[in-house]
Amino acid sequence: MAHIVDQVNGFVRKVPTWPVYILCVLPVPWLLYLAQTGGLGVEPIRALEHELGQIALQLLIAGLTITPLRRYAGLNLLKFRRCLGLMAFLYVSLHLLVWLVLDIGILSQIWADIIKRPYITIGMAGFLCLIPLAVTSNSYSIRKLGPKWRSLHKLTYLAVILGGVHFIWLVKGFQPEPLLYMAVILGLLALRLPKRRKRQPI
Amino acid sequence: IGLAGISSSASAAPEGLEPNTYEEITSYNNYYEFGTGKDDPAKYADALTIEPWTVEIDGMVDKPGAYAFEDILKAMTIEERLYKFRCVEAWSMVIPWNGFELADLLNMAGVQSGAKYVAFETALRPDEMPGVAYPVLDWPYVEGLRLDEAMHPLTIMATGVYGKDILKQNGAPLRLVVPWKYGYKSIKSVVRITLTDTQPPTSWNKANAREYGFYSNVNPTVDHPRWSQATERAIGSGLFSKRIETEMFNGYEEDVAALYAGMDLTKDT
Repeated sequence: MAHIVDQVNGFVRKVPTWPVYILCVLPVPWLLYLAQTGGLGVEPIRALEHELGQIALQLLIAGLTITPLRRYAGLNLLKFRRCLGLMAFLYVSLHLLVWLVLDIGILSQIWADIIKRPYITIGMAGFLCLIPLAVTSNSYSIRKLGPKWRSLHKLTYLAVILGGVHFIWLVKGFQPEPLLYMAVILGLLALRLPKRRKRQPI
Repeated sequence: IGLAGISSSASAAPEGLEPNTYEEITSYNNYYEFGTGKDDPAKYADALTIEPWTVEIDGMVDKPGAYAFEDILKAMTIEERLYKFRCVEAWSMVIPWNGFELADLLNMAGVQSGAKYVAFETALRPDEMPGVAYPVLDWPYVEGLRLDEAMHPLTIMATGVYGKDILKQNGAPLRLVVPWKYGYKSIKSVVRITLTDTQPPTSWNKANAREYGFYSNVNPTVDHPRWSQATERAIGSGLFSKRIETEMFNGYEEDVAALYAGMDLTKDT
């Protein structure tokens, strides 16, 4: 097992990150093509909105796996974390844009929805959390902010929880899929809880 | 239920309705017994056995019993009704249903004088319905109407769409259609109709009473707690279409408003 992990780590060191960006962006033109040609069914706006939101959540969750994979499996995928985060931000932005422009398109109703509908309020809050993270995702900010950068980027945890609640809250009835997403999110966050016994006395 | 059996429309439906395509009507459905995705019913409903089919009519009726679907059809007059269908999720379609007035069926069974409500139940077939493995709702699906709503001439039991036998994803072999209420009131694949003097439980109301009332009349002025009901998306209008304004009672206000005279529709939702 350790041998395989070493091989993967060696491979990861060699590959550049740009193909991962391209891979992550590919669903966007594909979904737009499907939406235009009937591939997303007879209600393409809602389907597009849903697909984009779901991919965003999946990318955020993928970002959360990097640290536990390194800590517990010795797998070092750290170089892809910025890409996953930025791509998640891209998909959340597109999700929001489809909702604003294609779905609702009525300014007064958009504003009313944001303040009156808790699941939309929560979704918007999650989006707002991601803005400073996207803005400070460059190497310059990491150097400039130093240890503050790490604290700031813990906002991801809040953003992904808000995203998970947003998903649970928008469906009708007791549906398993969004609950499964939430279980995975909480599980990945639980892996980060500090183990008290190992702390050194001051 | 071919076209031969269809007489002229007796509905007072809103003017100028353009029906959705057969493809749209049969591919975008909510029928949670087959899954919560809009395309799940079209994918999985084929497993439902609809022959033979009997409808149990019981409770406060003169002639209770198990009525075979064929016998019901023989006794009823099938008409075409072009109705607007408004889902609580704020989308709508226009559907050319074929069916008969529920009043005719209830009269056939003989409604007793004390009856005030009609309760309906959908088939529950765990072997044929993959969705009921999940507690999305408390199965079987149940719905209800006040007797005067059930007897209203706009209220039909649909057995066809576009002159063809109704497909399973649309609620074959027979389903309720109440055009002035949110779509979930129009219960599918009905196996039981019970006349009663007490308000029957309804599935969505049981699942979340704050969000789904017993009446569930289409009302643009009363929002669903989680989203606005002021506007709706017309299915099939494309990627760049604008939402349309939702009408009171889904456009059937003239026909049905009298049923609710004196009621506060912001409370009795």
